[in-house]
Amino acid sequence: MAEATVAPPRRTTGTRAWLRDNGVYAAIVVLLVYDLAFTENFATLANLDTQLVQVAPILIVALGMALVIGTEGVDLSVGSVMAIAAAILPLYLGYGIAAAIGLALVAGALCGLLNGTLVAVVGIQPIVATLALLVGGRGLALVFANGQLKDIRNADLLRLGSGTLLGLPLVVWIAAALAVLVWLLVRYTTFGRQLVAVGGNRSASMLAGLPVRRVLMLTYVASGVLAAIAGVVATARLTASDPSAIGSLYELAAITAVVVGGTPLSGGRVRVLGTVAGALLMQLITATLIKHDLPDSTAQIVQAAIIVVAVYLQRTKAGGR
Amino acid sequence: MEAVLTATAIGKRFPGVVALSDVDIELLAGEVHALVGENGAGKSTLIKVLTGVYAPDGGTLTYRDRAVHFGRPQDAQAAGISTVYQEVNLVPLQSVASNLFLGREPRTRFGLVDFREMHRRARELLGSYGIDVEVTRPLRTLGMGVQQMVAVARAADTGADTKARVVILDEPTSSLEPREVGTLFGIVERLKADGVAVLYVSHRLDELYRICDRVTVLRDGRLVHNGPMAELPRLRLVAMMLGRDLEEVRRDGATRFDGERTAADAPPVLDAIGLTAKHRLDGVDVTVRPGEIVGLGGLLGAGRSETAMAIAGALPLDSGMVMVAGKRLRTGSVGAAMRAGVVLLPEDRKADGILPELSVRENIVLAALPRLSAAGVVSRRRQDAIVATFMRRLRIKAASPDQRVGELSGGNQQKVLLARLLCTRPKVLLLDEPTRGIDVGAKAEVQALVDELAAEGLGVVLISSEFDEVVEGSDAIVVLREGRVVANLAGAEVTEPALLAALAEEGE
Amino acid sequence: MTATEQAHTLEDAAAHGAGTTRAEWLAALVQRRGSIVVLALVVLVASFSFDSFATVGNAQNVAIQSSFLAIVALGMTFVIISGGIDLSVGSVYALGGVLAAWGIQYGSLVGLLLPLVVCGAIGLLNGALVAYGRLAPFIVTLATLLGARGLLLAITDEGSTTRLMPRDDWLTEVGQGTFLGLGIPVWITVVLFAIGVLVLQRTRFGHATFAIGGSREAATLMGLPVARNTMLLYVASGLLAGLAGALAAAYSASGVTIVGEGLELEAIAAVVIGGTLLTGGAGTVGGTLAGVLLLRVIQNVINQIGTLSSHYQSVVSGAFLALVVAVQAYLSRAYLRGRR
Repeated sequence: MAEATVAPPRRTTGTRAWLRDNGVYAAIVVLLVYDLAFTENFATLANLDTQLVQVAPILIVALGMALVIGTEGVDLSVGSVMAIAAAILPLYLGYGIAAAIGLALVAGALCGLLNGTLVAVVGIQPIVATLALLVGGRGLALVFANGQLKDIRNADLLRLGSGTLLGLPLVVWIAAALAVLVWLLVRYTTFGRQLVAVGGNRSASMLAGLPVRRVLMLTYVASGVLAAIAGVVATARLTASDPSAIGSLYELAAITAVVVGGTPLSGGRVRVLGTVAGALLMQLITATLIKHDLPDSTAQIVQAAIIVVAVYLQRTKAGGR
Repeated sequence: MEAVLTATAIGKRFPGVVALSDVDIELLAGEVHALVGENGAGKSTLIKVLTGVYAPDGGTLTYRDRAVHFGRPQDAQAAGISTVYQEVNLVPLQSVASNLFLGREPRTRFGLVDFREMHRRARELLGSYGIDVEVTRPLRTLGMGVQQMVAVARAADTGADTKARVVILDEPTSSLEPREVGTLFGIVERLKADGVAVLYVSHRLDELYRICDRVTVLRDGRLVHNGPMAELPRLRLVAMMLGRDLEEVRRDGATRFDGERTAADAPPVLDAIGLTAKHRLDGVDVTVRPGEIVGLGGLLGAGRSETAMAIAGALPLDSGMVMVAGKRLRTGSVGAAMRAGVVLLPEDRKADGILPELSVRENIVLAALPRLSAAGVVSRRRQDAIVATFMRRLRIKAASPDQRVGELSGGNQQKVLLARLLCTRPKVLLLDEPTRGIDVGAKAEVQALVDELAAEGLGVVLISSEFDEVVEGSDAIVVLREGRVVANLAGAEVTEPALLAALAEEGE
Repeated sequence: MTATEQAHTLEDAAAHGAGTTRAEWLAALVQRRGSIVVLALVVLVASFSFDSFATVGNAQNVAIQSSFLAIVALGMTFVIISGGIDLSVGSVYALGGVLAAWGIQYGSLVGLLLPLVVCGAIGLLNGALVAYGRLAPFIVTLATLLGARGLLLAITDEGSTTRLMPRDDWLTEVGQGTFLGLGIPVWITVVLFAIGVLVLQRTRFGHATFAIGGSREAATLMGLPVARNTMLLYVASGLLAGLAGALAAAYSASGVTIVGEGLELEAIAAVVIGGTLLTGGAGTVGGTLAGVLLLRVIQNVINQIGTLSSHYQSVVSGAFLALVVAVQAYLSRAYLRGRR
């Protein structure tokens, strides 16, 4: 048995390791240079705003996803959690925006708690555990909302969606602030360090006395809360609560951003900055293609190819398995 | 008797390690051949070479009078060399019959699996070995013993046309009940009578002497002995496995342990009583006083690691209790044990210890994070202070605290893990193979450090497959065999001959 | 033999003997037949509660609505039993429908074969990346989910074109026609499931599929063709999803571009509810059929309850899914505890 562990270590080659770690940033730079030089109507403030506002909710969801993937899990329910938050929002706007948003976030936390319980306590694989809420959550949101799209008239909430601060949309500030927050969380808090440890080596974490279950549970709660925030933000942008459509397929966009950003699916590492870059890159690709009159379809095929390349680059790191 | 499979001058190296060097082994038709050796002796590598999993770097394989080269395990299997691995490699959710015939199920003329025929043949096959079991039951509903028999039966019957000529059994009895061992031996006898060469890997001396005709002993990748089993005295076998020359046993050792330590008659800091876990431990008692190093003696698979894990809360117990400094510990919880001051250095550094992607700093403070944090935020200052202290004290050689642990040498990784444990301010250290796989210099450093820690009043439980390390390092030795304490050596009894004798003693 | 040792043996005998067997038997029963029992109960209760439920027309309705999902779930069953997952089937299903509607202008045969060829090729890509590239099935099929949807949009002018299929074409009639009162897609489903049962239970391929899902390592050591077998499963899954899409298009006589979103989730849910272990190694084709019917009957019943919002349907499905996997996890844990 001992011999098995001395099998030749798989070293990733320099180029591949570099691409894996920095490819996403390089791709953004290349694409930006290209766009600035050749793409018409790209380098305008209005366009910049549009792109950033569009990517903001995806990024917020992706931040939570990055945490979950860091524990070697996945959270498929995020889109439905967004819908639940969106559905709850108009119901309680009468009590003031703080109460409404607060309740929406509590709902998100409860969703995360459900996922976390299924994963950490009951011991179900993350894919299925969160699939249940993906299936059921949107239905629940529609039940809350009576299946209806509700226009938002609350001035505060509308300001959240369309207001600007120092020339940038509030929504973008929120996403940026959350990104910084999650970055700090991962880097400087006990929870963040334990999360990375649990994802990197569950059995070593257990033997080091870490509260593995609690860490997993809190991770899914964080993902749920972030998804709920994204739901609120998206609703404010839309100026309507649309539980049937909001957040649809966000789980895929978020996973893509995380994976392209260099966070390995095998856990043990959370790349917050990479995730931000991953989300931006996917947005940039779509925008560039559209500006060149290449349709959405091409964008999706290109995105698919990028996912495969990203996972392939990570494969050797995970030991080639 | 004719030789079925002969391996001559086999060599196999991995980067940085010579796993096998110039090893010969000859398996005869109708013999049971024991292959023994401690950890790292090269048994697994040799088996993998014989079965086509690894290609040897040097040497030749001769199978039925022809030089052979197996490119894949399937080739060896097809030629009639079957292996039953330590962990039963069958599909637990499938029926017994399916497991016997997977990949070669009998088919009707429509190409469909013929269940009636398959079940009939399965019953016949198992019946011929005297195993009475309903072949339609899922394998996992059966005891480990029966599963093991099914694996052996499958290995022995590789198909209608190719009969197995060589069957390799790797630790076949490690999870069997005594009566199941009897049945297994019946099967082995049958194979022997059929002219099959059986390569039998085990650490249980009683079994080896009961069933094996000849024995090959490996140590550190080299052949140290081969010959008839019955002519090899137990004591000599054990001494060879452990790399000790009987004549040299009394000479002074070469470890850095300082034997001159007097354990005070203080009340025990650790008192484990009647630790029992099904199939693994059976009423193990271990007592450690402050400043005392208690070694756990035993051959591989005797239950040493399990004992340490049980004390550290990492192995659920069926019964038994652990007292730490007079207070009863909640068993089965690593967190509780750690808070009480009991910490474990796990045996498998890579799988259960280090987080290779994280930095030296992160690895050291992992277990102590809550203590180094205020309001959930890790204090960088306190963290850096403690990391600096331990890196200095343990002489951890790393470019900086930010270096990835995966890039360090084995010895430094081990020191990082030790630092992780010491950060928690333990009262009792459980060290499972603290010097395995690290270079000589680091080994001496670790040994000296363990001594030093004990001198400061920590209780230490030491497990080591290095014979001299246990003997010279320990103030007392608890000798285990098959999950039970078979001897307690203390004071003047802690000598190599005494330990050898205890290990080689016949089981009841 | 010492006293403790004897006690041990007795304890083991109890654990290995009757007690475990009965628990095992019960667990196996719940696992394998649970969905059928629940289905029967739901049907029974619904029949008594709603006059409009137990009618021939409604049964025909449920049958045809189940058939397309059932065909997709059939492929998914095999993939999940082998320990994998195929997220791309929803997109592939939609692509299959659009390709059928597009291809039919060059002849009915093209309309049928084109979706099969393209969707089979997507399955081949999935399979090759999973089996030989050793990439995680989850992420590979996620990528092809996107890719297939892109392909679909590309041939439908970004989803704006819905191609109609001529009513009088035989392919359209395969979708819309009936035989003995049931839609032809229903019969095709029945035939495919019969084949599926045979392949899974009675062929070496099927047995190998169980073995791969049960223990990939053991399967490899037993010399089974693990990689080839795995790849074929994804090909089959792609083919079946494409076929289901083509049939659905024929049924509605149009290649609707927005169908199939979330179908992979329904398929996975049906498979898991049907008692197939998501960890692989155990499962039945019949259970999947019961799972599909259960999802569709719940949908139907909720529609029958006029006062109840149709949105409860997915809530019930989701809750049911969570319940089933929780019970599965509990049973296997209880089993492990007994075993150790």
